[in-house]
Amino acid sequence: MAKRIQTISLDCYYGGFQAVKDVNIEIQPCSVTAFIGPSGCGKTTFLRTLNRMHEVTPGARVEGQILLNDEDINAAHVDPVRVRSTVGMVFQRPNPFPTMSIRENVLAGYRLNGIRLNRSEAEHILERSLTGANLWSEVKDRLDRPGGGLSGGQQQRLCIARTIAVEPDVILMDEPASALDPISTLAIEDLIHELKDNYTVVIVTHNMQQAARVADKTAFFNLEAIGEPGQLVEYDDTAAIFNNPANEQTEAYISGRFG
Amino acid sequence: MSVQTHQRPKTQPESQHHRTPQIPPAQPQPPLAKRTSSSLIAHQKPAWVWAVAAACSMAVSLLLNSLVFGSLSWIGLGALASGLYVVSMYVITRVVEGRLEAADEFWRHLIWTAFFIALLPLVSVLWSVLSKGLPTLISHPALLVTDMHSVVGATDIATQDAGASLQGGILHGLVGTVLITVLASAISIPVGLLAAIYLTEYGKKNAFSRSIRFFVDVMTGIPSIVAGLFAFAGLTALTELVVGSSPQALQGVKTGAAAAIALSVLMIPVVVRSTEEMLQIVSNELREASYALGVRKWRTIIKVVLPTAMSGIASGITLAIARVTGETAPILVTAGYAAATNWNPFSEWMTALPVFIYRQLTNPTAPAASDPSTARAWAGALVLIVIVMGLNLGARAIAKHFAAKTAS
Amino acid sequence: MTTTPDQKTGNTGRLGDRIFFGLSWAGGATILAVLAFVAAFLVIQSLPAIMPETFGIGAQETSSFWSYVWPLTVGTVIASVIALTLATPVAIGVALFISHYVPRRFATSIGYLIDLLAAIPSVVYGAWGMLVLAPAMVPIYRWLHENLGFIPLFAADPTVTTTGRTILTSGVVLAVMVLPIITALCREIFLQVPKLHEEAALGLGATRWEMIKMTVFPFARAGIISSIMLALGRALGETMAVTMVLSAGGFSWSLVTSGANATIPSEIALNFPEAFGQRQAELIAAGLMLFIITLIVNVIARYIVNTHAKKAEGLS
Repeated sequence: MAKRIQTISLDCYYGGFQAVKDVNIEIQPCSVTAFIGPSGCGKTTFLRTLNRMHEVTPGARVEGQILLNDEDINAAHVDPVRVRSTVGMVFQRPNPFPTMSIRENVLAGYRLNGIRLNRSEAEHILERSLTGANLWSEVKDRLDRPGGGLSGGQQQRLCIARTIAVEPDVILMDEPASALDPISTLAIEDLIHELKDNYTVVIVTHNMQQAARVADKTAFFNLEAIGEPGQLVEYDDTAAIFNNPANEQTEAYISGRFG
Repeated sequence: MSVQTHQRPKTQPESQHHRTPQIPPAQPQPPLAKRTSSSLIAHQKPAWVWAVAAACSMAVSLLLNSLVFGSLSWIGLGALASGLYVVSMYVITRVVEGRLEAADEFWRHLIWTAFFIALLPLVSVLWSVLSKGLPTLISHPALLVTDMHSVVGATDIATQDAGASLQGGILHGLVGTVLITVLASAISIPVGLLAAIYLTEYGKKNAFSRSIRFFVDVMTGIPSIVAGLFAFAGLTALTELVVGSSPQALQGVKTGAAAAIALSVLMIPVVVRSTEEMLQIVSNELREASYALGVRKWRTIIKVVLPTAMSGIASGITLAIARVTGETAPILVTAGYAAATNWNPFSEWMTALPVFIYRQLTNPTAPAASDPSTARAWAGALVLIVIVMGLNLGARAIAKHFAAKTAS
Repeated sequence: MTTTPDQKTGNTGRLGDRIFFGLSWAGGATILAVLAFVAAFLVIQSLPAIMPETFGIGAQETSSFWSYVWPLTVGTVIASVIALTLATPVAIGVALFISHYVPRRFATSIGYLIDLLAAIPSVVYGAWGMLVLAPAMVPIYRWLHENLGFIPLFAADPTVTTTGRTILTSGVVLAVMVLPIITALCREIFLQVPKLHEEAALGLGATRWEMIKMTVFPFARAGIISSIMLALGRALGETMAVTMVLSAGGFSWSLVTSGANATIPSEIALNFPEAFGQRQAELIAAGLMLFIITLIVNVIARYIVNTHAKKAEGLS
């Protein structure tokens, strides 16, 4: 069940440095939202706060509210681990667990948490997740081979399968195709299209064409100067952002004048 | 010599043996055009020079030996000949090629010499242990399963003077070494692993972990005998507090367990260091991948981080075990010395194999007939080396095996 | 939804995290506690020897401990200095051999061969030094005395050794034992020398030795010094090789005499098993002394490594 994300005047800090300033955004369920912007504008930092992954970095903290279907994920007694099992994440570089087989990688979310699955349950989840990641037909004959033996694009889809295996409500993707070749990128983009039927997908990308291809809505982040915090400049339907941006900076960026 | 080198022997065969006087070395160089074909190899000494120099050096050192020194051992002779060879090659290169080339060659020879000097003790030690230990071990395999319980001075005198069969053995030492090492590992591995996990996964750079790192460094430098005194002084103080300071109570301080504690002081820093290094290699992406699946930190550490680093950790631990297995001094001051096999590390004195070797050599069972003791010591040394080298090779095999597995 | 969030994260939840954190914290704390406690015990146990007026068991004066321990300290330093003098040039040569002279494909196995030297237990070195090396050294000592006897180091005091069990032989054995330490550390540093620097030197027409002088040594200087310091720490504390090889005695300048000189570790190893009471306190105090010396040496070595590491970070 996809969920809606809303942030209210969100600030992110690394120690004393403010990385992101005053972001107010509302991300609709069952849609794909792309974050674009120049390097260092805080879009990845912002993405990581949405499932509290920023806490892994020492000294990182947020101020403001992040609401997941109106529940504050930073509220006093909320367990970050619970948040992360609801809001999954796919990383820039494919990172399957090197010691595990393809099967174990897909079931990692259960295995690592010590949840015992009976055989039919496990097979069901395996097939559903790998099919959902458009990988089933490619790997169904070698499920017990190491995950590291797959190609880069296959590894990334394996990571997506691993994420959807635990049935999150939201999937965050941090430049999921930037380390891949064009054909693998196309496969990932097709997959993102299919994922939005069941999940809220948020994707950070450097590639504006990619944002234009996959996203329903696009958010443009920018920073006023180096050392200043990043800000949300414009957030609108993708078509509007790319064809008829309201903000000068957005127009300058999408027309390739900087970034 | 500067132009006509051995590279063209067929056209000018004489040039090899007679330096052509037409071009004295001091003269200005001939124009490049005249010697284009050989300009790159000009001013090089011929390739056969080293063989001549080597032969001459050998001949001269043999001559010197018979005329001046009298009787040098073959090692002394070798040293003399190599010295002469290095010097003569320097002089030849200096004259033919120049100062820089000569220095280069000189240092190359010295560095090769350094390598052979370093090999000398290695070969000598291994050969001594093999040649003196193996025959005893082959002719008296019972050595491995007997202890020194019933061996007295008279037994050894009978062996040496009357030709009786060699009695006694190293069993008590083997048992002691295994028990003490296992106990030391049982203390050090959990403590070392947990401390390393704290350092990499929790502490990072806070004051507590900085002080742990500092004291681990301090422990790495502790002399092994001081580690033994550490354990002994600590346990003595503890015994005085708990049991009292009667001589019987203090006698009880020296046990296999005390030796295990002493060895732990040496082992823990090695385990912490190698484990920490291996855990740091595990990429943060894997940790994040696990967190992103909603996995808790402790499960991430146990099920993702540790298995990924397992090969390195296991080989580091094996090396640590190898190191303490060969230790003598700390056991000497903490476990006492027993002639009989003691299976209980928590009471009574206990002998470890290295201590047994030491005792047999420095205090032979029969001072007047030390040959049997020496034979037992060499046999023990061979067994000890086999164990320690085996552990070292095992550590490498583990590292290689797992590395190949995770890479595929 | 086939599973509820509770099932997903497991019911052990945060408790497991806390327990595991506590355990690993305790692992670190154990190290600190053990070291603190035992250092304290060591001081307490050696007080009767260091301050006999206050804590003494028998009638003794403070000065007696210092007059007991200084010849041992000097002996320890002599043996270690001999070891490092002999080992350092050879060890650096071997490290260069592995890093810059031998073909790459042999380098690993030759490195392993040298590492084997470090794996041999010290008691085996002791046995070898006592029974193989010492007799072989006798003619050399006789020659040294006959030709260089006017130097106090090679004077007969009172006679030249006939067994070879002198402080010089101990030094040679120690040299063999510390050689792999210096080699291993230097080899690592030599291999880290930036390839660009080396190629730049070779590109200027430098010979291999000039290249090493120009790029390798300046880059590795701090590393070489600290590896020597670490080896010194090891040599100072090495027990068995000296205990078994050296026929100990009082202080003497002569390196070729048996029954002269002793080191702190060998003194402890020889006497501790039979010692009790005041004598035991005296030996533990000597051990404390040794510990402090090696600690200072090691701290200096680490300090050099750390400042060098910071400098290297600043460069890159």
